[in-house]
Amino acid sequence: MKYLRLSLVLFATLLIGCIGKSKETKDNESDRDVSQNLDPAEEVAVKFPVYDFDGFEPLLHKDDSYTYIVNFWATWCKPCIKELPYFEQVNEEFKDKNVKVLLVSLDMPNMWKSRLEPFVEKKGIQSEVVILDDPKQNDWIPKVAEEWGGGIPATLIYKGKKRNFYEQEFTYEELTQELQQFIN
Amino acid sequence: MKSIKILGLLVLFMATGSFSTETTTTDEGYAVGDIAADFSLKNIDGNMVSLSDFENAKGFLVIFTCNTCPYAVKYEDRIIALDTKYKAQGVPVIAINPNNPSVQPGDSFEKMKVRAKEKGFTFPYLLDEGQKVFPQYGATRTPHVYLLEKTDKGNLVRYIGAIDDNYQNASQVDDKYVENAVDAMLAGKEIEVTKTRAIGCSIKV
Repeated sequence: MKYLRLSLVLFATLLIGCIGKSKETKDNESDRDVSQNLDPAEEVAVKFPVYDFDGFEPLLHKDDSYTYIVNFWATWCKPCIKELPYFEQVNEEFKDKNVKVLLVSLDMPNMWKSRLEPFVEKKGIQSEVVILDDPKQNDWIPKVAEEWGGGIPATLIYKGKKRNFYEQEFTYEELTQELQQFIN
Repeated sequence: MKSIKILGLLVLFMATGSFSTETTTTDEGYAVGDIAADFSLKNIDGNMVSLSDFENAKGFLVIFTCNTCPYAVKYEDRIIALDTKYKAQGVPVIAINPNNPSVQPGDSFEKMKVRAKEKGFTFPYLLDEGQKVFPQYGATRTPHVYLLEKTDKGNLVRYIGAIDDNYQNASQVDDKYVENAVDAMLAGKEIEVTKTRAIGCSIKV
């Protein structure tokens, strides 16, 4: 049994590897240049709202006519960058179905001005972007979803009391498929 | 004939497997209380390293980490400090880079050597070549810590999770999860927090 499971895991790993590899190499610039601490003064005047978890939490519990797609990402996270265009596309295409995408950046403070802002500008991102800056991750991760281990990308879709959480990378098809159960 | 042989092998596998099933493996890797498998992986000095090499160890801090993840980089100094503190007490750090270097070139074996030298790593820094070890453990991100205690039955998983509760600033840490766990383990006390979560970089496969 153990071997069967192991080989399944291996097979899945290989499979994901094949899917994952296609576009990833060109984002290599987002890999290395992050070890140095910049001056904390650089944190000021960032373009996006910065929340600690208490400030952020209400955004996970809005009770209105909208379906919210809350995506946790960071500029240094390659699979996040890869799936971002699908969230943008859904945000645009499902506007009239009362769907809103919220992109929650987990970039570190020293990356807000140097990487996050230029990235959002360069890609022309239209969805709402906020920054969640709260190092007490072990406290807040389970408040987003009990089953979340902390890996990103991760996505919460909710409408009123109905909510689903996904610790995974999405394709456009998977995302719209999951969305269907909320907007119908 | 051949099928009988295969069947025999299967039975053998199941028999040897069943000895550990009570304690090991869910589909998502180890849980606290499981027995962790040993491995043989190449260290940056070219030698193969296994847990069984450390005859006098009381346990291990197996840390899945890498060169490229910003969180892993934030924790490098703290990993060195953990090794320095606990190697002397019989619980050395064994660092494993789980990423596939062809997907993440910054985590190649050569780059691992460079980074280890730059930072003065005091512990083995192994490449999970073929990426077979991290799925077995159930590591999902870097850095991801497994505290193991050496027992008669094997290496018992005692803690899984983050190093502490503040990646940004070591001086603002309130809970040193790993240190608390190792201290309790060495004192023969119950470990209060055995599992924690943290944002990390997904492992590149």
